[in-house]
Amino acid sequence: MAYSEKVIDHYTNPRNIGTLDKSQKSVGTGLVGAPECGDVMRLQIMVNEETGIIQDAKFKTFGCGSAIASSSLATEWLKGKSINEALTIDNMDIVEELALPPVKIHCSVLAEDAIRSAINDYRSKNGLEPLVSEKTHH
Amino acid sequence: MLKLPVYLDNNSTTQVDPRVFEAMTPYFLEVYGNAASKSHSFGWAGEEAVDYARCQIAGLIGANEKEIIFTSGATESNNLAIKGVFEMYSSKGNHMITLTTEHKAILDTCKHLEKSGAEISYLSVAEDGLISLKTLEAAIKPSTILISIMFGNNELGVVQPIAEIGAMCKKHGVLFHSDATQAVGKIPVDVLADGIDLMSFTAHKMYGPKGVGALYVRRKNPRVKVTAQMDGGGHERGMRSGTLNVPGIVGFGKACEIARLEMADEYLRLKKMRDRLEAALLSIEESYLNGSNEHRLPHTSNISFKYVEGEGLMMGVKDIAVSSGSACTSASLEPSYVLKSLGLDDELAHSSLRFGLGRFTTEEEIDFTIKTVKEAVFKLREMSPLWEMFKEGIDLKSIQWSEH
Repeated sequence: MAYSEKVIDHYTNPRNIGTLDKSQKSVGTGLVGAPECGDVMRLQIMVNEETGIIQDAKFKTFGCGSAIASSSLATEWLKGKSINEALTIDNMDIVEELALPPVKIHCSVLAEDAIRSAINDYRSKNGLEPLVSEKTHH
Repeated sequence: MLKLPVYLDNNSTTQVDPRVFEAMTPYFLEVYGNAASKSHSFGWAGEEAVDYARCQIAGLIGANEKEIIFTSGATESNNLAIKGVFEMYSSKGNHMITLTTEHKAILDTCKHLEKSGAEISYLSVAEDGLISLKTLEAAIKPSTILISIMFGNNELGVVQPIAEIGAMCKKHGVLFHSDATQAVGKIPVDVLADGIDLMSFTAHKMYGPKGVGALYVRRKNPRVKVTAQMDGGGHERGMRSGTLNVPGIVGFGKACEIARLEMADEYLRLKKMRDRLEAALLSIEESYLNGSNEHRLPHTSNISFKYVEGEGLMMGVKDIAVSSGSACTSASLEPSYVLKSLGLDDELAHSSLRFGLGRFTTEEEIDFTIKTVKEAVFKLREMSPLWEMFKEGIDLKSIQWSEH
């Protein structure tokens, strides 16, 4: 199966690999997927408490090239966005940007889940209700 | 000079040996007669070429040339053996025994026969991929007509105790079929010494052309027959109709002759390179060999690199043609059933690569492979959350994973 140039670029030069200190109140962590399914994504955001803007985002992913590229792209898009703006990132935007084939759509779904999961973690750490409006794709 | 990409997928198929190719060429433009045409010299020349190849092929496996039935490949041979025995011996019983680690051409054929009243026992193998003889013997019943067990496994390279199984089958009066697709031409195979009654093999796994294979069918002690699965001209002693693929058969014959003459040297050369590759890759932390180390084909190595996903790894080693037990590309998202049959966690099955060396593999290619795979594993572990957790001492089994 041929990968798109953008997937290859993110796989070869992944943006924002790393780990943020999850004990900090300003950091939200999302860990989604499962090892036995062959995909695990961990996505972290650091939110500026004064402005509410995501000032840093990091990821680590166990998975295929498309899963790595989806999470790498997600961290790029998250930086500089407010939480509410971040929630508008749709998995189909990722599919489009990376030209993912149908069998790889689940990678983009996982990246969107990871974003929501990281935001919810941040919200609950800061005394806010977690968002219940999880989209159902699958 | 190292030429990229490096081909290490010789369990899938092999390059045709130039000597085989050369032997085949006259049979396209010059000697093009139908081997079944008895009335003119074109036909006679074709028949002569086929008879010669039959002897070359029989010579490699210790058979008589009359016991070779030509087919289109190992999948057809497996179908003909299993369906043909089931139909031919239905008055004796309806039970057959096979393994869960067999090729789909065996498993799906068995599933098909279950709809026609066959009873099939699919036996599990041990952690090392080998069948226990005790388990096998215990599965034999009065209604058992056939045991079908692969000689060398395509994914793992594990070689089953074929001669012992052959002797057991003889003792119980059960026919023994072996899918020897990966073994013939690589390790000594002798249908007499191994007690094999039917055996499937194919040219393209042993440096011959694609589209031609054979089913060995024993003629003496016992005389075995299979019911034809295609109706037609009654070729191949009535067991397989269809005009013979003369150029393919000539190439198959030549490939067998080369294998017979060069196997001993080639075995040692490939094993030495494979062992060097394997030792280097197993020196990577948390990497594991899948399948028996001892009972194995000389050219195959199946290794799991824990905390790295196989398809992602293949992308990192794109200049090396290998295959992975990960099935991320398949719709089912199920990893290899063969690796799962060994009791491997799905996670380890997802993390595996199969290296299949061949006649044309060079030491330089092995050096390149070692370097490239190591770099890719290290790079992917740096971005693997599972590796980070492992390093922090977190038990991955203690985490509530979200299924998707």
